[in-house]
Amino acid sequence: MAEDNGGKRTGLLGRVREFAEEIKKIFREKGKEEIEGLKDPEKTQLYRSIFRVKHEETPRSRSLGVLSNVFLHLHPAKVNRDATRYNYTWGMGGITFYLFIVLTFTGVLLMFYYHPSKVQAFLDILYLENDVPFGKLLRNMHRWAAHLMIIAVWLHMFRVFLTGSYKKPREFNWCVGVLLMVLTLLLSFTGYLLPDDQLGFWAVTVGTNMARATPGLGHEGPFGSLLGMTPYNDVRFALLGGSIVDANALLRAYIWHCIAIPLIASVFMGVHFWRVRKDGGISGPSPVMLESEIKEDKGPRPVIMRPSGMV
Amino acid sequence: MLGDWHQLWEIVSAPDNVPIVALLFLVPFYVWYAFRQARANDELIEKLEADPAAAKTAHRKTQPYHPKWDREVHTWPYLMRVEFVAAILVTVLLMVWSLTLNAPLEEPSNPNVTMNPAKAPWYFLGLQEMLVYFDPWIAGVVMPTLIIIGLMAVPYIDANPLGNGYYTYKQRRFAIWTFCLGFIGLWVAMISIGTFIRGPGWMWFWPTSTWDAERIEYAVNRNLDAVFGINGAWLVHLMPVANRAYSPILARIIFGFFPIALYFIVASYLVYRVMNSTNFTQRIFRRMTLLQIVTTDLLLVLMLALPVKILLRLIFRIKYIWVTPWFSI
Repeated sequence: MAEDNGGKRTGLLGRVREFAEEIKKIFREKGKEEIEGLKDPEKTQLYRSIFRVKHEETPRSRSLGVLSNVFLHLHPAKVNRDATRYNYTWGMGGITFYLFIVLTFTGVLLMFYYHPSKVQAFLDILYLENDVPFGKLLRNMHRWAAHLMIIAVWLHMFRVFLTGSYKKPREFNWCVGVLLMVLTLLLSFTGYLLPDDQLGFWAVTVGTNMARATPGLGHEGPFGSLLGMTPYNDVRFALLGGSIVDANALLRAYIWHCIAIPLIASVFMGVHFWRVRKDGGISGPSPVMLESEIKEDKGPRPVIMRPSGMV
Repeated sequence: MLGDWHQLWEIVSAPDNVPIVALLFLVPFYVWYAFRQARANDELIEKLEADPAAAKTAHRKTQPYHPKWDREVHTWPYLMRVEFVAAILVTVLLMVWSLTLNAPLEEPSNPNVTMNPAKAPWYFLGLQEMLVYFDPWIAGVVMPTLIIIGLMAVPYIDANPLGNGYYTYKQRRFAIWTFCLGFIGLWVAMISIGTFIRGPGWMWFWPTSTWDAERIEYAVNRNLDAVFGINGAWLVHLMPVANRAYSPILARIIFGFFPIALYFIVASYLVYRVMNSTNFTQRIFRRMTLLQIVTTDLLLVLMLALPVKILLRLIFRIKYIWVTPWFSI
């Protein structure tokens, strides 16, 4: 190496200087390249590895941006222009789903501070409200989001009814929606007991006392005692894990509330959204139909029921 | 004479009642919002029905329209941005709500100290209010089941093909009246009664009157057989001597069956008349299969049983119509 350098002998210092020049050159050239690359981040390997396709201001790219994204692919690439306006959908279905996400998020955080036992539960709420940073805000958000979700579900159902969106081909998705509404109410109801205070205790006592009266399955219901129902084997006992609202009821409410119902609801939600897409996107706003355009169907009658839409 | 406004404020401002207060404003707002659009569509429909030639070429929507606009727009950004804005607004609302109002927390649960009134969560107060008028097996089990089944049956019994995907009133009067009666007239109204009017002992306290836990109400309710003086005096002669003691019970069982049967017959006939009240509803009726007709009629008769029983209780002070040793209606 020393000989190549014009026969001039260089010492250790010279070699270090030479190496420094080399490094400087690498930093200058490669650095420039790197900075230039920042101007166009979509061409980087990191970006490509995450997003797979680069984004351009073209219709094709805009469509792919939605279709090839795991979070956005529930949407179609294009939607009815009028459906993006607020006045048709009121946004209630989307708000319901968003609130479910908020509730899952705040709910998981609350679970870090909560033990579902009679000894601990109420103390945990006090701890959460007074000592945990932002604990009070967390609990408030969870509770109010739950109330808001119920209102949003009802208004969503009201809108879907008033726009006739349950009609063919969306009959089945309406049924899935009804079950989701019931699951929403049950989610809220099971959560009511968890603070283990007087409010939750008596609300759940009043609520589950109705199960006593289940015809045939509750010990106070019609024909219940004739079928051998007692407070210790009827449907209320199964709900509470006992004959009174106590430790087992708290544990059952906790498991239904945090694990079982959210899982079941998630499955139904998947079906609900999938069917929205399969049934041709959201129902409207579609062009109005006139009475004179109803087609009288003359074909053979279906065994169970005739479809309610145009035939 | 000013009334107890403090009591009313305590009820209205209870944190858990805020959703119901909100509902009192939200429901009328969205009813107005929907019917405004329904009226616009109905006017368009009327115009097009009157002019069949124009109907073939006209733009059949009331949303803003320009012939050059595309029928569809890209989800990104036109829909996604609306969704993101909605998410942000909901988050802000939730934050403000959570910062200003605290979630209620009462004393630790104590089975020995009964809350008075002990109220279910607000969304179930309609069912709790129903307990006044029906036994728990109807109000707490049968009715909720029927609500769920009835709602799920809706798409399969509505044979009217019009109004699919747009707001309309004139094309779906029957369906809309039915749903609004159920949702607003029964569900939301009963929740409101349960929240604002029912006080200690689940007694009726008009707004601005003080909740008095000491108040005693004399139960003046009677069963229908008592109104008619059914005591088995006539039946007793037909029964074996050994069983004569049971004659009042048996007489009540036999008697009670008839008003129930009469209600079902009269109510189904009325529903049938309403389903055939106009030329249009008759046309829809002809499209229905037997199963659809029977299901619709039965569900409506069962739904109407609630307001009928409420009126019987509140006006005529009737408790039960049919009393048997196994169940009472």
